Amino acid sequence: MSDYVIEMLNITKRFPGIVANDNITLQLKKGEVHALLGENGAGKSTLMSVLFGLYQPEEGCIKKNGEVVKINDPNDANALHIGMVHQHFKLVECFSVLDNIILGVEPNKMGFLQKKEARAKVLELSEKYGLKVDPDALIEDISVGMQQRVEILKMLYRENEILIFDEPTAVLTPQEIDELMEIMRGFKAEGKSILFITHKLNEIMAVADRCTVLRKGKYIGTVNVADTTKEELSKMMVGRNVNFKVDKCDCKPGEVVFKAEHVTVPSKLHKKNAVNDVSLEVRAGEIVCLAGIEGNGQTEFVQGITGLTKMSAGRIELLGKDITNASIREKSIMGISHIPEDRHKHGLVLDYSLEQNLVLQQYWEPQFQHHGFIKQQAVREYAEKLIEQFDVRSGQGPITTARSMSGGNQQKAIIAREISKDPKLLVAVQPTRGLDVGAIEYIHKQLVKERDEGKAVLLISLELDEVMNVSDRILVMYEGEIVGEFDPKTVTVQELGLYMAGAKRQDGKTGRKEEA
Amino acid sequence: MKQYFKSKGFITVLASVISILVGLLIGFILLIVFNPAYALGGLGSIITKGLSSSDKFAKVLYQAAPLIMTGLSVGFAFKTGLFNIGATGQYTVGAFCALVAGVQFRLPWWVCLIAAMIGGAVWGFIPGICKALFNVNEVITSIMFNWLGLFMVNLLLNNMPMMLANYWGASNKDRTAALASANPSAIIPKLGLDKLFDSNYMNISIFIAVLIAVLIFIILEKMTFGYELKACGFNKDASIYAGINAKRNIVLSMVISGALAGIGGGIYYLSGTAQYTIVKSLLSMGFNGIPVALLGASSPIGIIFAALFISYIQVGGEALQPEYAKEIIDIIIAVIIYLSAFSLLVKNILGKFIKTDTGNVNAEGPAKEPPKPEPEKATEEKGGNEQ
Repeated sequence: MSDYVIEMLNITKRFPGIVANDNITLQLKKGEVHALLGENGAGKSTLMSVLFGLYQPEEGCIKKNGEVVKINDPNDANALHIGMVHQHFKLVECFSVLDNIILGVEPNKMGFLQKKEARAKVLELSEKYGLKVDPDALIEDISVGMQQRVEILKMLYRENEILIFDEPTAVLTPQEIDELMEIMRGFKAEGKSILFITHKLNEIMAVADRCTVLRKGKYIGTVNVADTTKEELSKMMVGRNVNFKVDKCDCKPGEVVFKAEHVTVPSKLHKKNAVNDVSLEVRAGEIVCLAGIEGNGQTEFVQGITGLTKMSAGRIELLGKDITNASIREKSIMGISHIPEDRHKHGLVLDYSLEQNLVLQQYWEPQFQHHGFIKQQAVREYAEKLIEQFDVRSGQGPITTARSMSGGNQQKAIIAREISKDPKLLVAVQPTRGLDVGAIEYIHKQLVKERDEGKAVLLISLELDEVMNVSDRILVMYEGEIVGEFDPKTVTVQELGLYMAGAKRQDGKTGRKEEA
Repeated sequence: MKQYFKSKGFITVLASVISILVGLLIGFILLIVFNPAYALGGLGSIITKGLSSSDKFAKVLYQAAPLIMTGLSVGFAFKTGLFNIGATGQYTVGAFCALVAGVQFRLPWWVCLIAAMIGGAVWGFIPGICKALFNVNEVITSIMFNWLGLFMVNLLLNNMPMMLANYWGASNKDRTAALASANPSAIIPKLGLDKLFDSNYMNISIFIAVLIAVLIFIILEKMTFGYELKACGFNKDASIYAGINAKRNIVLSMVISGALAGIGGGIYYLSGTAQYTIVKSLLSMGFNGIPVALLGASSPIGIIFAALFISYIQVGGEALQPEYAKEIIDIIIAVIIYLSAFSLLVKNILGKFIKTDTGNVNAEGPAKEPPKPEPEKATEEKGGNEQ
């Protein structure tokens, strides 16, 4: 009997032009939480896709309990009791929780569903592991954290022993993250083995026993978490020392650049307002952070002020000028730059080249066109300047298709484009979402640099570390309203978490705190 | 050199060539099935007929011109993210407008062509505006407008005695007047080309079509207008984010698309050799624009060659009579055209075998993006019924 429940030995997986996994070995012990750490594009997802049967490796083999197994598709993986919670949940929105859990393995008698026993089993599992769900609720009606629990129950229902979590905490609140960690510890005690993909070092320190680090498709090493530090792990991951603290001087707020008064935005999902009577100011030379759990109106607020959706009430001002009814293009000309939340949906035309994307906001300016003809040379030179200045890396420089670039570089390209417009107000929505520490460090520096140059920066973030480190002033949003205003120097993460979860709220926004 | 073989352009051309060959092969099998004795000769005539005489070659060019236009119509809409299945309706209305201008109002040929363009544009505008304002799927509207266009034109022609051939001394009244007798100035000039090719079919329409194709190429690739249109096609949300008026672009795109098909109808029926026949079925010239656009990968230059090819095959097919019945010939030609349009599929298959240099290498590390979509799909399909 082998020590390891799953071994991936010398796995090599090539894609056209690159080696995504280069001779990687990963050994998972029974009953351990094993973290898989690496930057974006380090090969974590590829490795897990190999284990889950989505890819076939060119070299290497997979062993379960010491025996070589062949995993051709997810069904094989499932038969070997390997289960996975994907980063983007794979649930049927209009089905109930119970239906989703039994989907694919429906208990039936001659084709007739036998939901009763399924329900009993689901309830038993949810009781046993503290995974509270309502089996009859529809997926579209429940929170993201609850949806994740459904995904976990799906694995348990199939009696999986090896559980893969692909960046499970990205969408959770601090409290929900703590709960998840507790659940993971419970699995561990049960003897289940967990593979935990992440690039958040705190979580590894908190829950993992061992950690395997990948960098650029290569195996860097496996360490015992108890014997290492955050700094060491991040150095293994990035290949250099990373500064976790954002260096910045005190902020010197100037005149009010942007002012929103009583902004209300209707929700697309339900009849309530997604943003309800929100007023705020952003001054020159300060970074104001709108913090909150996903889905509390931050997205809609930004879409409202930038013009992507219509506000139903309220007015907005830029440098004292009313821009409530200005078009997106007009706002852009007046000096609003917007780093959008979804870089694939809004930020980039993925099938356009990098240079075409870099002029997406400005292609119509005389600088880049003459009588309707695009000045190819001018575009190329501008793109090359930005690529160098912002260190945007890609396969073929300006003519690389945006789709083929890594997430971090796509984001850098968007930031390059938006910052180079020399805006008065920079609206950055989750600018570091899904990026690795190296890229995050860079983007934070850019935001602070913009601030120091006297720009007003409105940052929307779900990451509390980011909120605490980068911002000069924090506004917490809960259910479409601003429920508190804080100074990052004096407030604690726990305190913020309570406001974000709606457990506490300040009376008005005057700074007076009221215990709930 | 090796680099060149790995380029995306090369794969696109190779994919088109392979699908054409597969089409011919299956066409050949059908020839054997229907009449084995003449199969080899039949295939030979499909392949060589178009070049057998200058008259045949002139006919290839003559039919290619309207095909280029309908191909451009469909391809232009594709590039901007719309599926204009209404090219045949726009083509019919364009033809009607050209003929009315020529026969009823006795206007010169170039005015007739402008009339055709406007007619087609209007027939494209309505689905476009419905899509932009009410988000009505353009496929559905334009299918309805195909039939609306056809029957409106038939109805109008039946009630315009001057338009019909019998008014001008011919015996049949189910077709429009021959332009030679009604208004010779409406016939597209031949500039001596007919004598050069020794063919009645030859006129300058192929040059008009190629010129327009080049114009479309310039608009799409060199101008801010094309940049906006393509951006909307690729990613509507990002275009809106960038301040582009997506609704306006949808309408404009359908108007231009319709105008192109309209011109196609114009140049075909203003040739002097074709007469519009009142029938109750949609004109295939418009629908053939779809395979032309697919075969040409929606690129204006590719569409020129795709249209020439399809026209060439059609001329070759006509030579199969009388050994094969007309319907059988239609089937065989349709199969060849149909399979040619599979070039996209072939391209994807080729893409897996030939490793392109574009779209993967990146300086920082492996790009996750390109191989991603397939496994995602695989999960959905396979994951759906686990165990």
